[in-house]
Amino acid sequence: MNTQTTGGMTWLTDLVRRPFFWGIVAIFALLALNVVKDPSYLAVSLNPANGHLVGNMVDIIRASAPIIMIAIGMALVIATGGIDLSVGSIMAVSGAVSMEFLKSASDTGSGGAMLAAVGLALIVSAVLGAVNGVLVAYVGLQPFISTLVMMLAGRGLAKVITGGQNTAASNDPFEWIANGFLIGLPVVFLLAILIVVIVGLVVRRSALGLMIEATGINPKASRMAGIKPKGLLLTVYIVSGLLAGVAGIMSVGTVMTVDVSRTGYQMELDAILAVVIGGTSLAGGKFSLGGAVVGALLIATLDKTILFLGISSSATPAFKAIVIVVLCLLQSERVRSWFVRRRRPRTPEPIQSSSSTESTKQEVPA
Amino acid sequence: MTDVKTPESQTLDSPTAATGFAGWFRRILSTNPSALPTIAAVLIFVAMVIYGEVTYGRILQFNTMSNLLINNAHLIVLAVAMTFVILTGGIDLSVGAIIAFSSVAGVMLSSAGWNPYLVIVLMVAFGAVFGLISGILIQYFNVQPFIATLAMMFLARGLASLLSTVPERLSDESPIRWLGTQLKVIDGEKVNDLVVTPGVVIAAIVVIVAFVVLHRTRTGRTVYAIGGSESSTQLMGLPVPRTKVLVYVISGTLSGVAAVIYTSRLGIAQNITGIGWELDAIAATVIGGTLLTGGYGYVLGSVIGALVLGLMNVLITRDGGIRPEMTTIITGGILLVFVLLQRVVSRKRE
Repeated sequence: MNTQTTGGMTWLTDLVRRPFFWGIVAIFALLALNVVKDPSYLAVSLNPANGHLVGNMVDIIRASAPIIMIAIGMALVIATGGIDLSVGSIMAVSGAVSMEFLKSASDTGSGGAMLAAVGLALIVSAVLGAVNGVLVAYVGLQPFISTLVMMLAGRGLAKVITGGQNTAASNDPFEWIANGFLIGLPVVFLLAILIVVIVGLVVRRSALGLMIEATGINPKASRMAGIKPKGLLLTVYIVSGLLAGVAGIMSVGTVMTVDVSRTGYQMELDAILAVVIGGTSLAGGKFSLGGAVVGALLIATLDKTILFLGISSSATPAFKAIVIVVLCLLQSERVRSWFVRRRRPRTPEPIQSSSSTESTKQEVPA
Repeated sequence: MTDVKTPESQTLDSPTAATGFAGWFRRILSTNPSALPTIAAVLIFVAMVIYGEVTYGRILQFNTMSNLLINNAHLIVLAVAMTFVILTGGIDLSVGAIIAFSSVAGVMLSSAGWNPYLVIVLMVAFGAVFGLISGILIQYFNVQPFIATLAMMFLARGLASLLSTVPERLSDESPIRWLGTQLKVIDGEKVNDLVVTPGVVIAAIVVIVAFVVLHRTRTGRTVYAIGGSESSTQLMGLPVPRTKVLVYVISGTLSGVAAVIYTSRLGIAQNITGIGWELDAIAATVIGGTLLTGGYGYVLGSVIGALVLGLMNVLITRDGGIRPEMTTIITGGILLVFVLLQRVVSRKRE
């Protein structure tokens, strides 16, 4: 981070003001921790046999792909002032549908079967997202209760689809989506970035993003301004379901098995965490897709680091919970006022930069 | 004698008399439409009992009813806890995970040779601590209740996994197991005995205390008032911050109590214990007539809600044709129906 001090003051303060700056700092901090444990951690080499890049960094970006997908959906939902707790379960349903289809498909291994499986899984995911959307937008239920029902019922649905089994299937094109490489990089990551760019272009090059944010700030006012919040909400929940479906395909594709009770389990926290790390307030009204991607990368790094340090992977939720509590605290007015009061004598406008505990350390070079 | 001659006093004081059930029902609804879901829950429970008795038999007997209470004592306690939280307009998603942590920690401490009575106190205290953290986050740092308790859910489950990921067994001679022993109250013919466990007695005490606190004390009225309108309650000078933290502490503490009851019955604790119980508790509360937006609801309604869910499980098991995987879907479906019912009822009131 020290190298950036050479870039000039305005550029630096601009960067620090970016909501996801501290996410990037945290990623580097975690990587540094890994390097301390194993100096060759960051090494990325080219496998001469097949031209793939191999290394821990490649593993991290590959693992981040499903998280990026659900984080993007969650960012849009949270921007409307809602929440989608069902993303993990929709991942399981999507995985269950695709695995069951591939298992029963006559010509296993063909690209056609892959396309059909993916299409079917995405349709089912979109339908589940639409159910959430209808309940929230047209029936007027609180988002967390509609999606909580879907979170638990969805996992039940996944179990019903596979008959309670962990269905395995084999289909090379399908597996290629999750495990394959293109120009040396994992296909999943490229696919995730492609989808992010498409979603980003759609919401930011049209008024859609603005309308989503307006709905999140004040649904009544936005309706009076001529926006139709109901249709917009429905769309957002469908998109979230659809992206969770993509994430489900990605995560079952790596092992070609759906584990109905583990696939996507507790991923809703990852999604919320990624979005909050990315600088989106849980109160809604604004979103940052770039921030969500940074958040997802941070979570993937955190996952790998915890494993690398030899802590049981089932304990990772505890660490994530602590991170989310700290982030929520930093967002709260009370904590911000503590910082402002303590710092007013030294700097005139530190509210933005004080949004992290590490700010004291980082402001010294500036 | 005098009552018979004054019809006015009958309609006012003895609802089941002369004017009949329909009149009583209509009057209750016109004065308090929010009672409709609770009435619906009672009717559904009765209907389920009748349906089960007719279709499968052996439902309406001491044996089945005792088992229903014994197997759902922890759920009743959770439903009572959730009632407090939902009445203030909040939610607690951490109850299932708190049970997992509290059970695993309790059994491990017990196995390590700690005094069992101290262990029981600690199990309840662990729950209280999680509840306190949620409460402070929500009240003093303005974190939304479902986010704060979701974080506690992951924290508790993560810590439970950190302790152990395999089933931890309570030793057979541990005094904690006594809470799960079955005591025969009425020795009926054949297997038709009325049986209770100390766990059921604890659950009953929790229900009674909660009933008194919610419906007869100043704290209870403050809980209802916060659910009605938090700012008005504040303006009235009622202790809003204290009460709001208190409901989450109550919820966490009762989760600890539920952990004791459940662990003593099963004798086994694992980090995956209690997955989805938050939905069961919310469903029981909502089925029992507590409005998710807060302000309206009854403790006894939540107990009925918990029994409806318990009986549903019994019927699914008896039926045999419904796959156990369907249980969460059915629970979710029932919850959804009741939330929709609430929507209709509360819209009518507006």
